[in-house]
Amino acid sequence: MKILVPVKRVIDYNVKVRVKTDETGVDLANVKMSMNPFCEIAVEEAVRLKEKGIATEVVAVSIGVTPAQETLRTALAMGADRAILLTTDVDPEPLAVAKLLKAVFEEEKPDAVIMGKQAIDGDNNATGQMLAALLDLPQATFASEVVVEGGKAKVTREVDGGLQTLEVALPAIITVDLRLNEPRFASLPNIMKAKKKPIDIKEASAYGVDLAPHLKVTKVTEPPKRSAGIKVESVGELVAKLKDAGVI
Amino acid sequence: MADKNKFNWEDPFLFEQQLTDEEKMIRDSANAYCQSALQPRVRDAFRKEYTDPAIFTEMGELGLLGVTVPEEYGGVGASYVSYGLVAREVERVDSGYRSMMSVQSSLVMYPIYAYGSEEQRKKYLPKLATGEYIGCFGLTEPDAGSDPGGMKTKATKVDGGYVINGAKMWISNSPIADVFVVWAKSDAHDGKIRGFILEKGMKGLSAPKIEGKLSLRASITGEIVMDNVEVPEDALLPNAEGLSGPFGCLNRARYGIAWGVMGAAEACWHAARQYGLDRKQFNRPLANNQLYQAKLTEMMTEITLGLQACLRVGRLFDEHNMAPEMISLIKRNNCGKALNIARMARDMHGGNGISDEFPVMRHMVNLETVNTYEGAYDVHTLILGRAQTGLQAFF
Repeated sequence: MKILVPVKRVIDYNVKVRVKTDETGVDLANVKMSMNPFCEIAVEEAVRLKEKGIATEVVAVSIGVTPAQETLRTALAMGADRAILLTTDVDPEPLAVAKLLKAVFEEEKPDAVIMGKQAIDGDNNATGQMLAALLDLPQATFASEVVVEGGKAKVTREVDGGLQTLEVALPAIITVDLRLNEPRFASLPNIMKAKKKPIDIKEASAYGVDLAPHLKVTKVTEPPKRSAGIKVESVGELVAKLKDAGVI
Repeated sequence: MADKNKFNWEDPFLFEQQLTDEEKMIRDSANAYCQSALQPRVRDAFRKEYTDPAIFTEMGELGLLGVTVPEEYGGVGASYVSYGLVAREVERVDSGYRSMMSVQSSLVMYPIYAYGSEEQRKKYLPKLATGEYIGCFGLTEPDAGSDPGGMKTKATKVDGGYVINGAKMWISNSPIADVFVVWAKSDAHDGKIRGFILEKGMKGLSAPKIEGKLSLRASITGEIVMDNVEVPEDALLPNAEGLSGPFGCLNRARYGIAWGVMGAAEACWHAARQYGLDRKQFNRPLANNQLYQAKLTEMMTEITLGLQACLRVGRLFDEHNMAPEMISLIKRNNCGKALNIARMARDMHGGNGISDEFPVMRHMVNLETVNTYEGAYDVHTLILGRAQTGLQAFF
C-alpha cells in the first residue's frame, strides 16, 4: 500500500508571530519556518503504518516556495521514502492546493492520503475535504486513531459529543488530529540518510491549475490586548459590579 | 533590494542563515530532545546529585553520541559544525549532560576510532554509539593536572600483555563506565605515554565516586584506581604515542565545549531578560533600568561574537584547516565569557537567583568547572602566549 502525505511549510509554532506594520499579513522575514505540526502527525502515522508492514511506500508532497524542500527533508528524515515538491511563489488557497493534490494523486495512485486537518498559518481546515470531493473519494477527518485492514480504514474521530468510528473503503482521504500520535524526533543517522532520498521538483504551474487567489485579505491585526482588572473593596461592591455587567 | 533588515535580538548576526539545511535539522532534533526529555529532569538531578544512565541510551538512539564518527562504526558521519550545534543544545540544559556526551564522543569514541585497531573499532564503537556501553577517559591524576606529562601511572610489559598501576582523578562517567581509555607511561615503549582500553570488571580496577561536588551535579565523576590491572596485548591503542594522543582527543572535546558554553550562556541571558521584563520594582520592570540593560547588552554581544567564532573554527575543522591554538582561543574566550554571563544573570535574578527554580545559579556553578577542565583558562592563555612569542611560560 502506498500512502501520500501532503506537508506544508509554516512559521514554527514556537515563534511569536508579528503582524506587519502595513497590516497586510504577518512578518516572515528571518522567521524560523518548520513543518506544520498536524502534517508531522500525518507523516508519523504513515511511517508507523510502514513500520508495521501495512504500507510499503510513503511519499511526501509539498506545494510552495523552493525552501519547502527543507520541510520535505524533515519528512524524509522521519521515514518517508521520497518526496515531490510543486514550486510556486504564490501562497495557494485550499482549493488550488486540493486541485494540485488531485493531479498528484492521479499520477501517484496512492491507496490513501493521510494529511493534517489544517495548517497552523491559515487555520482553514478545508484542503482534505476539498480533495476528497474533487476525487469523489471517502473522507474521514479529525482522526484520533487509524486502523487499516483488508482494503479498509477504521478511523476514530473526535467529535463534539465523544468519539465516532467510521469505516472507509480505500483509497480514502484521512485528516489527522492532535491526539493521533506523538511524532518522533528525526534521529541524526536518519537526517543523514534523508540527504540521499530523492525529491522530485516540478513547477506547480505545469498542472494548469488556477493558482491566483480568490480570497482577498483586507486586514491582519494583533489580537486586542487584555486590559487590567479592577480590585473591589467588599462583597457588596463585587455583587453590584457583576449586576452592572449583566452576569447575575 | 532593501538595504535594511529588522534586527533580531535573539540572533543579531543571523547566525541561522549560515547553517546548511542538514545542520539546522540536526540542531532542531537535538533541541527537541533536550527541551522535552532533559530539561524536565535536570532540576531534581542536580538537587539530588543523580546521574541517570538511561540518558546515554536515549542520546544513542537519537544519534547524539559519535556525531563525527563514520557510519560504518555506528556514528553519524556528520560535520564538526553539527557536533558543535548538538553540544550547544545539550549544554543549554546543563553542562553536566553535555560533559557526559562530550566524554563519550570525543574522549572515548574518537581515540578508539583515530588510534585504535580495526578490531578495537568494531568491538567498541557501535556499542558506545548506542549508549549500551558508557565510556570514560583517564588522563588527569591527583598530582598531574595541567602537566599531564608528569603522570605516574605505569604500564609494565608482561607475557601476553601489560600490568597497569596508578590512579586517575576527576574522571567524568567513571563510576558507571564499561570502557576506560587510560593513558600510562609504558616501559616497553621507552617510557612514552600510551593509551590502553580497560573494561569494567578487570581484576584490580575500581572507580570510586568523588563525593561533595558543588558543580556538574547531574554528571557523575570518579577516580580510576588501577592496582596491578592485567590487560592483554590488544588493549593497547596501536596508533598513538606521547601526549599527542590525548591532546588529539582533548582538542575535539574542547572545541565542543566552546560551543556548549554558548548554549549555557544563552540560557542565562534569556532567563535574565525574561526576569527583567516580568519583575517589577519601584513600579517598573527591572529591565527598564540602565544597569540592567547594560548587562543584557554585554551578554548579547559576547554570545553573538562567541558563536560566530565557533562557527568559523568549525568550518575550518571541517575543511581540515584547523590549528589547535584556534581551539584554545575559543575554549578560553567562550568559557570565560559564559561564566561571567552566568554570574551576571545570577546577580540580576536577585534573591530568586539563589533558588534552583531558576536555572542561573546551576549554570554558574557548572561553568566554574567547565572554565577549569579541559585546559584551564590560564593554561590556554599561556598556549596562546607561546604561539605568538615562541617562548613557553608554563614553567
